[in-house]
Amino acid sequence: MYVAVKGGERAIDNAHAWLAEERRGDISVPELSIAQIREQMALAVNRVMAEGSLYDPDLAALAIKQARGDLIEAIFLIRAYRTTLPRFGGSNPIETEDMTCDRRVSATFKDAPGGQVLGPTFDYTHRLIDFKLAADGEVSTVPVSAPQQTATPHIMSFLGRENLIQREPVGDDVPDDLTRTPLELPASRALRLQSLTRGDEGFILGMAYSTQRGYARNHAFVAELRIGAVAVEMDIPELGFAIEIGEITVTECETVNQFQGSKIQPPQFTRGYGLVFGMTERKAISMALVDRALRWKELGEDNLGAPAQDEEFILYHSDNIQATGFLEHIKLPHYVDFQSELELIRKLRREAHQNISQEAAE
Amino acid sequence: MSDYNFAYLDEQTKRMIRRAILKGLAIPGYQVPFASREMPMPYGWGTGGVQVSAAVLTPDDTFKVIDQGADDTTNAVSIRRFFQKTAGVAVTEATSQASVIQTRHRIPEEDLRADQILVYQVPIPEPLRFLEPSEVETRKMHALEEYGLMHVKLYEDISQHGDIATAYAYPVKVEGRYVMDPSPIPKFDNPKLEMAGIQLFGAGREQRIYAIPPYTQVVSLDFDDYPFQPTKADHACDLCGAQDSYLDELLVDDEGGRMFMCSDTDYCATRRKQGHVGAQGVPYAEDAA
Amino acid sequence: MTPLLQVENIAKFYGPRIGCTDVSFDLYPGEVMGIVGESGSGKSTLLNCLAGHLTPDRGVVRFDTRSEGLRDTITMSEPERRMLGRTDWAFVHQHARDGLRMNVSAGGNVGERLMAVNARHYGEIRAEAIDWLGRVEITEDRIDDRPTAFSGGMQQRLQIARNLVTGPRLVFMDEPTGGLDVSVQARLLDLLRGLGREMNLSAIIVTHDLAVVRLLADRLMVMKDGHVIETGLTDQVLDDPQHAYTQLLVSSVLQV
Repeated sequence: MYVAVKGGERAIDNAHAWLAEERRGDISVPELSIAQIREQMALAVNRVMAEGSLYDPDLAALAIKQARGDLIEAIFLIRAYRTTLPRFGGSNPIETEDMTCDRRVSATFKDAPGGQVLGPTFDYTHRLIDFKLAADGEVSTVPVSAPQQTATPHIMSFLGRENLIQREPVGDDVPDDLTRTPLELPASRALRLQSLTRGDEGFILGMAYSTQRGYARNHAFVAELRIGAVAVEMDIPELGFAIEIGEITVTECETVNQFQGSKIQPPQFTRGYGLVFGMTERKAISMALVDRALRWKELGEDNLGAPAQDEEFILYHSDNIQATGFLEHIKLPHYVDFQSELELIRKLRREAHQNISQEAAE
Repeated sequence: MSDYNFAYLDEQTKRMIRRAILKGLAIPGYQVPFASREMPMPYGWGTGGVQVSAAVLTPDDTFKVIDQGADDTTNAVSIRRFFQKTAGVAVTEATSQASVIQTRHRIPEEDLRADQILVYQVPIPEPLRFLEPSEVETRKMHALEEYGLMHVKLYEDISQHGDIATAYAYPVKVEGRYVMDPSPIPKFDNPKLEMAGIQLFGAGREQRIYAIPPYTQVVSLDFDDYPFQPTKADHACDLCGAQDSYLDELLVDDEGGRMFMCSDTDYCATRRKQGHVGAQGVPYAEDAA
Repeated sequence: MTPLLQVENIAKFYGPRIGCTDVSFDLYPGEVMGIVGESGSGKSTLLNCLAGHLTPDRGVVRFDTRSEGLRDTITMSEPERRMLGRTDWAFVHQHARDGLRMNVSAGGNVGERLMAVNARHYGEIRAEAIDWLGRVEITEDRIDDRPTAFSGGMQQRLQIARNLVTGPRLVFMDEPTGGLDVSVQARLLDLLRGLGREMNLSAIIVTHDLAVVRLLADRLMVMKDGHVIETGLTDQVLDDPQHAYTQLLVSSVLQV
């Protein structure tokens, strides 16, 4: 005799309790602090800030701790928190031209004002696991020199002087906010860039890679990659002028792409652009390549049918919070719909058997 | 959660959602784009329904949440708790006592009244999506009332399977104008879409809200010679004996033994309280916790 | 008699390049107009402008609609134009894949236009589909097959059935025999001629193949570099070409 089982509430409570235990892990092992994550897992923190669209390293570190290191879960926490934050206003556009560059490289010129500055990069490390790190994380002192005084103008500005690179339209209009207005297609470049900067790094990387392998190849050169701190300024109406409200680290990547001859203009280099919170260069470069691929229509190029050119495909599938939500929702009960499928297939099979036996009789 | 506004969303956001709801009610079946917010539960787990509920709930409401027809499934529990925490509204499992009901995949068996609101969770709002992947194109098709492709699909089903092969999320035409996806309810529930209550549909991830006002004409698509049939399993509920409610099939032993019971747990419990007993049921008593 | 289609001064430019220019003609019910020229002559551009696939830079295209008489289709709203495209007009593409739904059965392809104008009886739709497939010489047992299982010639015949099922009055055809074997072409042309007569169809056929226009078209327009260089009755133009280019075209046709 069947008695209807109840207990969903208790099951959830117990699941949460066990989760908390697993999150803490072996209690004889010291607990991670927010500061440790922020300092020693900085690149994870950067990714969470970038895809969470919220610049707060401590909060991102906390989210990573709560999410047990699952970065997409951490990004989710940040996004949900962000929704609840009140908005005081908008900042002025940041001036990356004035960036204090920790890292600044260009593939298009051997040298340029401001120099080629490697910064704290993994690029030339040999990927050999350093077993010494397991025991001893001591760092030898890094030699320090006097800070650089020369300005670091954008490499693109030199190309611009010769009119070799297309000019970007300048305007004072505030672009639509992707998190406040529903996405409608065709999307403006501003909305596309917003979507790319907070899109899943793996997805954007894959899309960028596909362009390099021939799916709408755009011959990208990294004109400049710069990483460093920029000031964030906001106009205060009561004061009548703008004040600096803080400083953030961003990664900016500008690519120069070969122009493949179109009906509209004489040859000029074209641009791809990437801008991401924190030191997040893989993402910034990927973003620049995909940005350029998505610009085929406004540049009068052909639609080659490549995935990276398909605005709808990219914008609808790059958000990993939407993606994982929908993917994982298939774990939820679907037995009512499955039941209706069962009934239908049984019925169709009955009818098919009837037809077969009728035909056999004839 | 006292740092949060009533029902979690800030008033500006609720205003934006209410405007979308009003537009949806004014154009029955039309998908209104809205700026879906990131919620504390994942996209695909009911954020659309939650945002709609959050926008319509008032402190005086009584709230019911069901998933697969049951109040006690884990996601229904989770959503009900969310609103208990953030809105402090009274909650109930009794359909007749609820003023707002949020549902996933079922319409309650009991007829709803004019003072009740049914909020549906919708995964994919676009009925044409599986025939035409492009959103730009489907919006055009709706605007121009180009629904031939929808019937082509039904034609293909009949030519291949001998019958229309859609069992749930069965498309309907609303007030003779818009073709709509009623969310993944079994087709058995389609006739109930014509009701006295207000029906609101929220798709968070896809950023769409749509609505059916009370007493609106809702017709399930079919052919004249293959008319729509709201079918269910040919059984009665083994607990309460109901002949006319949608049934869950449960596997009870490893020899394929099965039993059928009402998917709508409140409907079943109410009938058993009234003394109805099914083939495998016992007279009503508080169920094992 | 009112012309079915009135074309005045159609022109389409691509930057400085001429797609087509200064094209004017009237088409009467039951008439078939052929537009011939080599690659780059502008004939496809012209056809697409007439059929509403491209917006011309100049000119009007008036169609004698059933309810409102002559109306300029260029300035019509998109819903009206799309409705016209589903009922009174038909477009036969050079490649059948462009004019068919490849993942829908033959029956579904033919039935779609009927369903788009509210046919709601499965049995009747299927019967009409079978009838039309028969008229384009596709046997009934193929009705549930997908076009991917058909030969090129069959796909083209299916495309024609799909287009004609709602009884359009004007058919645009873009190289309807292009890419088909010669014997298949002949069969298709025979079919088109028969159906055209039977249904009193008007048609505008673009082709580079003079044999097609000889067989199907009453009148002919010869295009070169975006301009119409000669027009007239088909037999007259082909038997007694006036313009040097027309003479070249006619004399270039191999006699076997």
